[in-house]
Amino acid sequence: MNHLDEEQLTLAYYSEVDAECMRHLEECSECRLRHERIKTALDNFPDFPVLERNDAYGREVWNRLLPKLAAKPRRSWLNWWTMTPVLASLIAVAFFAGMLAQRNRQIPGISAETRERVLLMAMSDHLERSEILLVELAHAVPDENELKMERALARSLVTENRLLRETARSAGDESRAALLDDLERVLVAVANGPASEDAADLDALKARIQSNDLLFKVRVMSANALQEGRKL
Amino acid sequence: MEWTDSAAAEQARQGDQRAFGVLVERHSRSVFRLAFRMTQNEQDAEDLVQETFLKAYKQLHRFDGRSAFGTWLYRIAANCSLDLIRARKNRRERQTTLTSETTDWLDRVAAPDPSPERLARSGQVASLLKPALAQLTELERTAFVLRHYEGRGIEEIAGVLGVQTNAAKHSVFRAVQKLRRALEPVAEVAP
Repeated sequence: MNHLDEEQLTLAYYSEVDAECMRHLEECSECRLRHERIKTALDNFPDFPVLERNDAYGREVWNRLLPKLAAKPRRSWLNWWTMTPVLASLIAVAFFAGMLAQRNRQIPGISAETRERVLLMAMSDHLERSEILLVELAHAVPDENELKMERALARSLVTENRLLRETARSAGDESRAALLDDLERVLVAVANGPASEDAADLDALKARIQSNDLLFKVRVMSANALQEGRKL
Repeated sequence: MEWTDSAAAEQARQGDQRAFGVLVERHSRSVFRLAFRMTQNEQDAEDLVQETFLKAYKQLHRFDGRSAFGTWLYRIAANCSLDLIRARKNRRERQTTLTSETTDWLDRVAAPDPSPERLARSGQVASLLKPALAQLTELERTAFVLRHYEGRGIEEIAGVLGVQTNAAKHSVFRAVQKLRRALEPVAEVAP
């Protein structure tokens, strides 16, 4: 077996590698030495400072919580602060996608850099809200009416996604276009699904999200777009 | 007679608020600890404790007893914390996540009984810890906090993050790499 790499050596500290790696670690003095350095570092890692609450804290929490239990909480992710960005992004994306599609057209006072920046920020925002939806779906349990909110959000995201995908494609950004293409298929499936999802359908949907690490790619691309946008 | 968690959860599911109160009183401190570790902000942690229990109450019908109630609640708390961190990501730079108040507090906690040498070292750690934490993405920070400080398994972390186990492992590794690099001058010295 080859020597363990840094990731395996680090994960070995947490016993998160397979038996073969652990066996190699026992037998290979070179790997053991490197592992010891990592172990020393992690053993001496400063503790995360935590404010400790006293024994009465649980009662205090309960007293604050009790009045709120009568009225069941609304789903927080579909409040105004999630829906407002949906509408704002949609307008921004539509506007700047149109601008990009007709490159000859110029509006005095808006530079190409500004357009690019707004588009990247809108892209990041769109992907972040898509990510929230995907996470919700990944944790969803078959339950009547439970996916209504998700479907409403998916419907609003589909239009925005289509605009962004077409813009990315026309700008020659194939990697973003391909990801948005994958994302769109899931969004459309969610948006057009039945009123309630049975267990098999939900599992299929989850499998679709898991396939090709869609959620992970969405996160990475969202972070990249944000970073690029900030640089401009 | 004292209720077990699962008995209290069952009672609460049938509408007994007192039973839910038992669970709240029993688990509030650990939920707060996790929320504080995730957000590094006392007020955010307090809000997350409330949000976690409200969400748990609303979703009690989903708790099937296959895992311990504490584990189930813990997942909700971790998810709520992660959602909060994400929601704030676009609103402020990560560097400002640790407020100056928290930073001062970090300095104090790092050296509870300071000898001059320890004071110097803990001051160094605290001063390095702030930018080190700021370098982590929310995924990396969550994965690292859950694995290193909370001792949760990779499978569970992957479930909380909504990613596959390899991605969760990689997030832990990346976090360790970044933190080691930042803290190496002081953290790898034997205490």
